Amino acid sequence: MNIDTIKNGYVIDHITAGNAIKIYKLLNLGNLDCTVALITNVKSKKTKRKDLLKIGKLIDIDLDKIAYIDPQVTINVVKDDKIIEKKYVKLPEKLINVCVCNNPRCITSIERGLDQVFQLVNTEKKSYRCEYCESILEHDKFVI
Amino acid sequence: MKAKNIRNIIDIKDLSVLEIDNLIKVANDIIDNREKYSHVCDGKILATLFFEPSTRTRLSFESAMLRLGGKVLGFSEASSSSTSKGETLSDTVCVVSGYADIIAMRHPKEGAPMVASKKSIVPIINAGDGGHYHPTQTLTDLLTISRKKGRLDNLTIGVCGDLKFGRTIHSLITAMIRYPNIKFILISPDELKLPEYIITEVLKKNNIEYVETNNIEEYMDELDILYMTRVQKERFFSEEEYIRLKDYYILDKDKLRNAKKDLCILHPLPRVNEIHIDVDDDPRACYFEQAYNGVYIRMALILMLLEVEV
Repeated sequence: MNIDTIKNGYVIDHITAGNAIKIYKLLNLGNLDCTVALITNVKSKKTKRKDLLKIGKLIDIDLDKIAYIDPQVTINVVKDDKIIEKKYVKLPEKLINVCVCNNPRCITSIERGLDQVFQLVNTEKKSYRCEYCESILEHDKFVI
Repeated sequence: MKAKNIRNIIDIKDLSVLEIDNLIKVANDIIDNREKYSHVCDGKILATLFFEPSTRTRLSFESAMLRLGGKVLGFSEASSSSTSKGETLSDTVCVVSGYADIIAMRHPKEGAPMVASKKSIVPIINAGDGGHYHPTQTLTDLLTISRKKGRLDNLTIGVCGDLKFGRTIHSLITAMIRYPNIKFILISPDELKLPEYIITEVLKKNNIEYVETNNIEEYMDELDILYMTRVQKERFFSEEEYIRLKDYYILDKDKLRNAKKDLCILHPLPRVNEIHIDVDDDPRACYFEQAYNGVYIRMALILMLLEVEV
């Protein structure tokens, strides 16, 4: 299968198989006016299978959102057909408007205009705590 | 309007051990010298914003301010506030903080006082937010324990009932772990056990000794304090579940037969069936005195937050 190379944009590599669609949705890539290639189940030496995302434009991307879904990705920044930078991400200490609190008793469930803020509490489990009600959010759940 | 650098009490952890000790000292002085404090808040206004009905907490806050010579305004349920017209909590607080010198608020949603504190230009006191925190109840509990036992350290504390949604329990545990040699006996049905985050981040993290049991009598002879709680109907989404659990524990004279002679039985009140009325006459029953103490510790807290020198 041939996927065109990109002149300017991003190649998000080493995405855990199955996670590319989550990143695609979270970053709202479907609304872009450029080429976006979502490639799943690519053969990988390291992990056997991986996903890839190619974005044909140098847009502002929220690294925290990508890191929350999959902290092991590599983000290659492409300019004039060349990779000019490789970005590595780590699980963010704080998440703002990435997930919603699933506690029906949390003030965020009724108060308009409130940011959904979470603090990292366990790096291993990738769990976060709601800043308001302190409920623990399991990883990868209740993504906006 | 944006919040200035003002002091809020959202969680008991907002107060240092030294500050709590000082509040207890002031509360004791108020108990002994009521007249001395009767006009120290002349001209000050307390707003009580109760988005959820409460008798005891609201009245004790109002009594506290009135006994300090101040005045009180507010509402006692969300339906009599602009919330019923769709106003956000942030807007309500933003407006009311211009009408009063200090605000005590209760809200059914957890984290509501934190949202309020970001908008208010006067101190916010959390008077209970859902199943989350209730710091002034904890101060009341600490004052009562201190007065009854003469100390806040070296205690084995049994907490019994709804440990899952019982905010008074969460705040009490958070407060007591800061004193040396505290052991907890956590007594609850499986469905109402203490939340995992409190076990992990409060008890385990601070190496606090604790035991979980569903048998109220198992550790009765070890207890210095027995803190009973009501299974709160308003915290359940299922009526059936509430009915099944509401009378899980009923403390009566028979269950106290192995208890220490100087056990201190506490309850944040209101009580339903969890303490039989026969226990009321037992000298170890301290829950009504505990309720009276609530006024004095809230008086001390208001003085601290308004920076009133006496």
